[in-house]
Amino acid sequence: MVKKEMIAMLLAGGQGSRLGVLTSKIAKPAVAFGGKYRIIDFPLSNCINSGVDTVGVLTQYQPLRLNQHVGIGIPWDLDRNVGGVTVLPPYEKSGSSEYYSGTANAIYQNLEYMDYYNPDYVLILSGDHIYKMDYELMLENHKQSGAAVSIATIDVPIEEASRFGIVVTDENNVITEFQEKPANPKSTKASMGIYIFDYKLLRAALNECAHIPNCDFGMHVIPYCFENGNKICAYEFQGYWKDVGTLSSYWEANMELISLIPEFNLYEEYWRVYTKSESIPPQFIGKNGKVSGSIVGEETEIYGEVTNSVIGSDVVIGEGAVIKDSIIMNHTRIGDNAVINKAVIAENCEIEDCVELGVFEEADNTVAPHIYNNGLVAVGQNSYIPYKVKVGKNVAIFGKTTPDDYPDRVLPSGEYLVK
Amino acid sequence: MKTIGIILAGGNSKKLGALSEKRAVAAMPVAGSYRAIDFALSNMSNSGIQKVGVITQYNSKSLHEHLSSSKWWDFGRKQGGLYTFTPTLTNENEFWYQGTADAIYQNIDFLKKSHEPYVIIAAGDGISKINYNDVLDFHISKGADITLIVKDLEPGWDDLSRFGIIETDDESRITGFEEKPENPKTNTVSTGIYVMRRRHLISELERCAEEGKYDLVKDIILPSMEDKRLFAFRLSGYWRSISTLEAYDKANKDFLKKEVRDYFFKNYPTIYTRVEDLPPAKYNTGCDVKNSIVASGCIINGTVEDSVLFRDVYIGNNCTIKNSIILNDVYIGDNSVIENCIVESRDTLRPGTTYRGEGEIKVVVEKNVRYIL
Repeated sequence: MVKKEMIAMLLAGGQGSRLGVLTSKIAKPAVAFGGKYRIIDFPLSNCINSGVDTVGVLTQYQPLRLNQHVGIGIPWDLDRNVGGVTVLPPYEKSGSSEYYSGTANAIYQNLEYMDYYNPDYVLILSGDHIYKMDYELMLENHKQSGAAVSIATIDVPIEEASRFGIVVTDENNVITEFQEKPANPKSTKASMGIYIFDYKLLRAALNECAHIPNCDFGMHVIPYCFENGNKICAYEFQGYWKDVGTLSSYWEANMELISLIPEFNLYEEYWRVYTKSESIPPQFIGKNGKVSGSIVGEETEIYGEVTNSVIGSDVVIGEGAVIKDSIIMNHTRIGDNAVINKAVIAENCEIEDCVELGVFEEADNTVAPHIYNNGLVAVGQNSYIPYKVKVGKNVAIFGKTTPDDYPDRVLPSGEYLVK
Repeated sequence: MKTIGIILAGGNSKKLGALSEKRAVAAMPVAGSYRAIDFALSNMSNSGIQKVGVITQYNSKSLHEHLSSSKWWDFGRKQGGLYTFTPTLTNENEFWYQGTADAIYQNIDFLKKSHEPYVIIAAGDGISKINYNDVLDFHISKGADITLIVKDLEPGWDDLSRFGIIETDDESRITGFEEKPENPKTNTVSTGIYVMRRRHLISELERCAEEGKYDLVKDIILPSMEDKRLFAFRLSGYWRSISTLEAYDKANKDFLKKEVRDYFFKNYPTIYTRVEDLPPAKYNTGCDVKNSIVASGCIINGTVEDSVLFRDVYIGNNCTIKNSIILNDVYIGDNSVIENCIVESRDTLRPGTTYRGEGEIKVVVEKNVRYIL
């Protein structure tokens, strides 16, 4: 009989709408990060490094890129005889067919998958965080504390605590109260959205909560367990953890990789992060190239100047181009003499010669100021920006744009150009 | 699936100097991210050859490490696969491979148990891109018994006298073959890649074994000139053999040229290698890199010009690296100067080290302790 002590369920179906045009055609966990990775690489690498060899990846929104990336799990050594990685999309049932309507609903629809492995514990993960974490230590803590549910928490500054789900604990880390985005937080322990459940309890709770529309862990299942008197403990995580759910935080997390000794260090021998390498060849810096304070992926050719930036694989930066404080993802081409300031340019884009991004005075975005702010220019994947246009700050561009989209070759700050 | 492949990767080359002490020629690191044998393996895989035997002998540790899984080249399917053959002691045989023909003969079961009609025998030290389907079509259309892949070398490309020199007639039939002549008659060299029928190879190998002969070229190819049809398939693209220090240095620096990079890296099909899961290269503030190749995992603080950095190289502050090749996992301490050198893999250079190759390329081997506790 198949038996796994703990299996992981990785929630990777969300759109990540706060990443704006970056996720127009791609699920958030599949968005590129740090030159050669995708966001989902971090939880998947954590799983295999923690000895969790059975992972169900729940997909829903725009899953093509994610499916191609995860495949049968070879890069993470998750191609196993028993277990390994399984992609779990929503499916048609005889009586009904519904999409995943909430985090807990998605897990509920896959009870059969979990039953097959007969686990004692189930680890619930989400596919939008950058961190290195040993889930085995969390499991040990879970067993020792005698909790039915453990919630991983991270210490946040008290002034930021009102943005998070906060847990209040006693001296033994047993949770006594939950506060969802509280105006007056009673603690600085923020939930990381990582849970370990005793499987029996999880199964029962999901069945009990099944009737709730948009059933969610934080809003329904955890409160249900709590109200029924189950012991819920906090597991205090020490280390780097970053939610890259917004365009700004995504950009910041990338920029943090550049510092001399980054807090989140990809260069440590221990706890390596694995990914599906799309490119193998080395990179090349041309005779007039200049790269400084940057990380650069494989097969990229740099003929221009790159400062404080994260450049993906198979990118071409043309002669005389100047790139600063930007993220450029795989397979994108930047033309000669282009000037790119504080931009996030997604995969497979073509930026023509002499284009200038991130110029002019800042202005609020006209459509979605809560997404496009901080002076950033966001360019969605497969976009095209024509020759010699000037683009302002807090701008979103997506699609094959033509010179007609840029009156007088200008797109002012705060514009939203989506085709 | 008309063909099986054999790669001769057992050789060592004294002409590679100190670099050959650690590894067979086929395991030499090339072009930042690869090893020489990747080119032979990828060519076979890309030509649809599914069953390949790699014959190793000399110092094969790093080669075996590299070939620990066959998935990188897309072998290891249910049909075919990648086989490595190292000399073994048996009741009948207690010798090392005594030559290239003997090496294949000692593994003749591999040939006998296959059903494919043709065999391609390739050297493990050739840097090239070859579609073997074209070669096989040529072999069949010419009605050849043996086809040699040859290359017309441009003057000054390499030292002709270290190769087998080929003469052909207008029909590409081979009319002359001289091994390492002092005065080469043509600039056409054998690349050490041969195509023939599997059964023909088996019978020739058995004949050699009976006669106590061991060499593929001397005892099989050359004698066949008299009564067999030998043809030369001219390779039009890039080719270089890396088994001398000078050629090895040139081959690596060829990749600083855009047309060479495009030919191997950007044009389909590409070359595969073992993936090492290293992070992207990191260029710290103050570094200055020009006209250089940099592989993944490198961290650069100093100045690098006209050089090739392999994987996982660390260049300290205030260093100057010029016209050099730094092999995998080298640590170069602050204020070091390296010019015209090849630095051996896993070396640790203490801060303030200076090496300059005067006139010719210098091989640097240093065995310092990296971490002093």
